[in-house]
Amino acid sequence: MKLTINGKDQEYTGEEDRPLLWYLREDLKMTGTKFGCGVAACGACTVLVDGQPTRACVTPAASLEGKKITTIEGLDTPAGQAVQKAWAELDVVQCGWCQSGQMLAATALLTATPKPSEQQITDGMTSNICRCATYHRIRGAVARASEIMG
Amino acid sequence: MTMADTATFSPSRRFVIAAFGIGAAGLAVGCTVGGSEATGPVTLTQLGDYVRVGSDNTITVYLRHIEFGQGVSTGLTTIVAEEIDADWSQMRFEHSPADNAKYGNPAFGGMMGTGGSTAIFSSWQQLRAAGASAREMLRQAAAAKFGVDASEVLMVKGKATAGGKSATYGELAVEAAKLTPPKAEALTYKEASAYEFIGKERDPAKGFGRLDTPDKVHAKAQYALDYHPDGTLTALLARSPKFGGKVASVDDAAAKAVKGVTDVVQISNGVAVVATDFWAAKKGRDALKITWDDSAAEKRSSDAMFADYKKVLAKPGQEARKEGAGAAALKGAGEVITADFEFPYLVHAPMEPLNCVVEYKPGTSATIHSGSQMPTGDQAAACAVLGLTPDQVTIVTMLAGGSFGRRATPDADLVSEAAQIAKALDGKAPVKLMWTREDDIRSGKYRPMNVHRMTARINKGAIEAWSDRTAIQSIMEGTPFLPPGTPDFSSIEGSNDIPYDIPNISVDVHLVKNPVSVLWWRSVGHTHTAYAKEHFFDVAARKAGKDPVELRRALLAKHPRQLAVLNLAVEKAGPVPAGKTRGVAVHHSFSSYVAEVADVTLNADGSFHVDRVVCAVDCGIVINPDIVRSQMEGGIGYGLSAILGEQVTLKDGAPVQTNFYDYAPLRMSQMPKVEVFIVPSTEPPTGVGEPGVPPVGPAVANALLAATGKTYAKLPLGAKA
Repeated sequence: MKLTINGKDQEYTGEEDRPLLWYLREDLKMTGTKFGCGVAACGACTVLVDGQPTRACVTPAASLEGKKITTIEGLDTPAGQAVQKAWAELDVVQCGWCQSGQMLAATALLTATPKPSEQQITDGMTSNICRCATYHRIRGAVARASEIMG
Repeated sequence: MTMADTATFSPSRRFVIAAFGIGAAGLAVGCTVGGSEATGPVTLTQLGDYVRVGSDNTITVYLRHIEFGQGVSTGLTTIVAEEIDADWSQMRFEHSPADNAKYGNPAFGGMMGTGGSTAIFSSWQQLRAAGASAREMLRQAAAAKFGVDASEVLMVKGKATAGGKSATYGELAVEAAKLTPPKAEALTYKEASAYEFIGKERDPAKGFGRLDTPDKVHAKAQYALDYHPDGTLTALLARSPKFGGKVASVDDAAAKAVKGVTDVVQISNGVAVVATDFWAAKKGRDALKITWDDSAAEKRSSDAMFADYKKVLAKPGQEARKEGAGAAALKGAGEVITADFEFPYLVHAPMEPLNCVVEYKPGTSATIHSGSQMPTGDQAAACAVLGLTPDQVTIVTMLAGGSFGRRATPDADLVSEAAQIAKALDGKAPVKLMWTREDDIRSGKYRPMNVHRMTARINKGAIEAWSDRTAIQSIMEGTPFLPPGTPDFSSIEGSNDIPYDIPNISVDVHLVKNPVSVLWWRSVGHTHTAYAKEHFFDVAARKAGKDPVELRRALLAKHPRQLAVLNLAVEKAGPVPAGKTRGVAVHHSFSSYVAEVADVTLNADGSFHVDRVVCAVDCGIVINPDIVRSQMEGGIGYGLSAILGEQVTLKDGAPVQTNFYDYAPLRMSQMPKVEVFIVPSTEPPTGVGEPGVPPVGPAVANALLAATGKTYAKLPLGAKA
């Protein structure tokens, strides 16, 4: 089965129920997508599937044939680049573990809503947990990324 | 300036260890490693134990503390950068090897460890000296090279210059390493007014910021869970559902039938399923049939445990503080108020679940990649399990996705379990032991549940007597950090040093025992003592008819640093916004002083939202103000998370909660706006990782009290006031 990950075709031959997260991390050695809860409750494993934020920990790789999968390693859209720039500018990260998922969620938010209100930022980001509680800076960085996008 | 930039040139971790071995004489050593064709080989030169200068002009600082988000990779590096007179773009960091003699933490009795917000405090003078020593060795080398007196050589931004000649530190390092380091008393340090980096604000335009940011933003940072050498087998361990349970019998036929499962092995703490990958290991573990022997297990439920704790509180405990007549003064004129404050078990729940990788060669060596918070303790545990000596066991400390105390385990549970599995497999492949989130939530090492019985006697508008009696499991008992006969400071810190000038004070503690495992959790005893002290203070102040902030001011005259942060936070918070309720708390922990003001919206249906927290902190000399702010912001979020919604409850001895849907960390929708103000200081630097946590809970409770008149004695607060 063919999967398209960051614009590159990959042949998936694994178990039908194996989540995409483990295919990315263990087989493709793309470890930027993180494991946090395994039950779609924290968002650390967020990837984009056809632009939609998706929890890789509960999404079987085999269910994604023909879909475009974007991970942190392939975040090269204008929104994605602006997000990474803003994250660096504001020194958002602390431990960093959840931040790939946060940045993917922010990219999806800004792609759909380039000028989000404060409430839209909260609504777009609140399903991603950060145990270091960098939320204060994430809010600022999403707003800054929106500015960078112009 | 990123870690990624150094990747091409970085020696393997083993090489670094070897280089340290050669440099054991205390002098420096030059080593050549392969570089890219374009740049040629890079020579790496040790200048003392903490500084390595590359011929590519990079300066790497060895961290004896792990970077898990608190910012030591920047803070510790900043101290060296300042005294060595570097350009910030030269600076790199790397975790040091496990070696108590070189990298022990004086605050931990010389054992390596990260905790107690001690990194900057314990390293300040040492790293200044490391930087100043290296700078003088480089200056001497430059003087010899230029043929001038050392006093003529200027050291600026990674370059030595004199008489029209100049050389980079990278060009001087090999010669510098041959010199005898200056004696400690001969070292000179910069005046604070000349600082280039210490105390300076982040400046993205100049590339001055956290050193770990670029790699973390671009997903290049390497954590233990990302380390996955070819052929790695993944292990998941089935542990007893009840604390203190043991394996009675195992039926592993169905587990072994799962495709990908290679082994099922029983170890001291349960049954491990080993497989070619995580998914197979998980399915295998789910298929295990284990009968547990619960004869020695905890079987009570939380309500029964709280009731038992309260029974204990009827009698006096071990005395921790007595002023005036102590508890006897609770009898007398006026009114006595009392409340039992109940605090639940809490999980650290770092976002990267616990894991480590053991590469074991039987009888020869082991290499362990782990987010190790106590590397030499982990090393000793591996040695004990594998029958190896410390020189045969290499601990490679990786970045960790949070810890909050969880990775600092005196019993080295993670490494011990992983080493037992590696031994059972006889080293046939690298073994990665992983914890699922369920393992994390349900397997203990909790902030201990506890009850504070708070009592005060109010007479004529004053608090005349104060009593704080606690029942709690000890964290420290049985660890190297609590010599026999020493009071368990982790249970009473923040209670026994109540700063208020109250004539009669009694603080005592009952240490109770049960099979649930407990551990220090970000800010340790202060997680509960600050809440009990600061919230009950407001209850008592209001009973006395006093404004709680004014009464604090009156009773803190002998504690100017607490008073100063209190005044600063209150001043910066300004008037209470219309329609909101406000609470204030101040607390001293880990040698730092923090006051927090919480503005809360309380709705008619009892639901509430913490809208804003204004924080003032005095942590002595500030190395990096933005990291101080980020630690206060994060500490406030972490503390708020606990008091709003976190708890582990037991039913018949087993944890009820399982994952983030029922053990609920704070989310962005609950995060207040945070404003942080730093008190300027010339006192020695103190910690910031933990002190931001304790005041937020009581500040919020005090805000609710101000609006409702209720005492909030049972935590978590839940959704409604």
